[in-house]
Amino acid sequence: MELPVISNTPPTPLTTSGGGCSSSGCGTAPDALGHLPDHIRAKVQDHPCYSEEAHHYFARMHVAVAPACNIQCNYCNRKYDCANESRPGVVSELLSPDQAIKKVLAVAAKIPQMTVLGIAGPGDPLANPTRTFETFRQLAERAPDIKLCVSTNGLNLPKYADEIAKYNIDHVTITINCIDPEIGARIYPWIFWENRRIRGVAGARILIEQQQKGLEMLTARGILVKVNSVLIPGVNDRHLKEVSRVVKARGAFLHNVMPLIAEAEHGTYYGLMGQASPSAEQLQELQDDCSGDMAMMRHCRQCRADAVGLLGEDRGAEFTMDKIDQLSLDDIDYAAAMVRRKEVHDAIIDQLDQQRETRRAMPPPLSGDSRNPENLSPAWRTVLMAVAGKNGVVGEHFGHAREFLIYEASPSGVRFVSHRKTGLYCSGTESCGEGDEASASSLVGEPESVLDKTIATLTGCEVVLCSKIGYEPWGKLEASGIQPNGEHAMEPIEDAVLAVYKEMGSAGKLAEKPVGQASSRKAA
Amino acid sequence: MALQIVHACVNCCACVEVCPNEAIYADTPHFLIDEAKCTECLGEYADPQCAAICPIECAIVNELGDPINPPGSLTGIPLEKLIELGLYKAAA
Ligand code: SF4
Ligand code: SF4
Ligand code: SF4
Repeated sequence: MELPVISNTPPTPLTTSGGGCSSSGCGTAPDALGHLPDHIRAKVQDHPCYSEEAHHYFARMHVAVAPACNIQCNYCNRKYDCANESRPGVVSELLSPDQAIKKVLAVAAKIPQMTVLGIAGPGDPLANPTRTFETFRQLAERAPDIKLCVSTNGLNLPKYADEIAKYNIDHVTITINCIDPEIGARIYPWIFWENRRIRGVAGARILIEQQQKGLEMLTARGILVKVNSVLIPGVNDRHLKEVSRVVKARGAFLHNVMPLIAEAEHGTYYGLMGQASPSAEQLQELQDDCSGDMAMMRHCRQCRADAVGLLGEDRGAEFTMDKIDQLSLDDIDYAAAMVRRKEVHDAIIDQLDQQRETRRAMPPPLSGDSRNPENLSPAWRTVLMAVAGKNGVVGEHFGHAREFLIYEASPSGVRFVSHRKTGLYCSGTESCGEGDEASASSLVGEPESVLDKTIATLTGCEVVLCSKIGYEPWGKLEASGIQPNGEHAMEPIEDAVLAVYKEMGSAGKLAEKPVGQASSRKAA
Repeated sequence: MALQIVHACVNCCACVEVCPNEAIYADTPHFLIDEAKCTECLGEYADPQCAAICPIECAIVNELGDPINPPGSLTGIPLEKLIELGLYKAAA
């Protein structure tokens, strides 16, 4: 069982559409990690969660072994997963350390692209030190080539920094939502610290101190730290830029701002109290704001805690515990699996290197971007377009798109800016029409609000490219000032975006402000 | 002299990690406290540890059956709101 993306595909020149996204398919790839010192870049370049290039090629998995937590976040309902690292409303399969090892080894034998194992929610891994470190210890012993990472709320980080260094865990994610205890008190109702439950500002102050101290200790030990922040409108939105600045100064190498997901049915404090989630536009604006300070991770998919596979896909169903339980560990030839992984990993790294080479070797552009030597008028304004993409091409039906890739077209070329999810909360396949073969009609049958919500996610975009689109959404999109476009079905995304941009330019649409759009996003 | 875990428990296992007497064990449908081992943490800590870390209101009760963490005490959601949402019935 092979993922088609990789080893079957020989290194391809940039513009071929065959092998998934062309290397620049996600736009920012070449420079997103460009500011990092070489030794850090070397560490992250094959990490699917950090490198926008790698996420098309390398696979990761998470296991849920740590259900306990030592704080409360207002966006979390402890009946479900830890909202810090995944989505609320999702329950992951809880494993014992032994089960987790078995699962990881089985998966890593079957999916040789596997590079990373993470322990995240539900719960805080460092509030379950025995289970967490037992899992890491066994894995380091049996599959030393797999990278380990751990995500934490940070409260117990100073306590376990040395332990983490010992197990050779080179990536840690800390969720830091604030550095001001007054703001913290509106996010964390209580923490459990030194045998007491400590509430309000006092609790938040301790949490913040420990997070910052932990961050410094890890950096001092040469462990990479990524910081996640949940964007909570009206609570920490104005504050996150400062957070970005401070965590960078303390040594974090990447900052990832994620949208708050607050729905009443998740039963979280924010959900029940009607706290608003940020719009896709708000999130993007903030990411742009913070990116001046440090690398932002725009391709994070907030995958569920027991996700398996390439980012954006989840093969977890192939590896449920009852299937794993039937395996005997003796059936797996670790040594052979590890050799196979090494071959596959090396081939991928070679391919990525070659693509980087090709890019460098390109003749300098006469004007504008190297990928579009055609003259784009420097007077044209910047346009955001949403793409229902699949494998690097405009390959998804509008109504089936679970996410839209947002591209920015400007006189200097086309670049990937972010992805925006639709139907964030749909968990069942039936409810979102995904999987059944119904096409346009499924959208018509769905409650109006789903379509309206999808359209709301596209705020700020002027065009949406997809392979097909139904009659009703077409009309509604037009009415909202977004031009649907199905003419570039199956073309490579960047080529399609560029083509549409040029059409708009020749039609004289790029000289003035767009019609029907209240505000246009400030150019990044 | 013992606390008790009742049906509201979500089996997060946080209490197990902090109990000084190893009095808590996994069971279905939820974790339980061995009343022979539980000391309510008297003499050891100011607060019973399990109830101090438990994230779920009403999951741990005292000998009278009263919750150590009553509705609203952990989430901060006002009682009126809980009643309005049908998540809590005011004692008649
Ligand atoms: S740290 Fe994670 S598990 Fe703990 S309360 Fe926050 S979101 Fe929930
Ligand atoms: S009250 Fe103390 S001794 Fe009793 S179960 Fe809870 S933590 Fe253990
Ligand atoms: S901490 Fe509370 S919810 Fe978690 S297992 Fe113990 S009693 Fe149950």
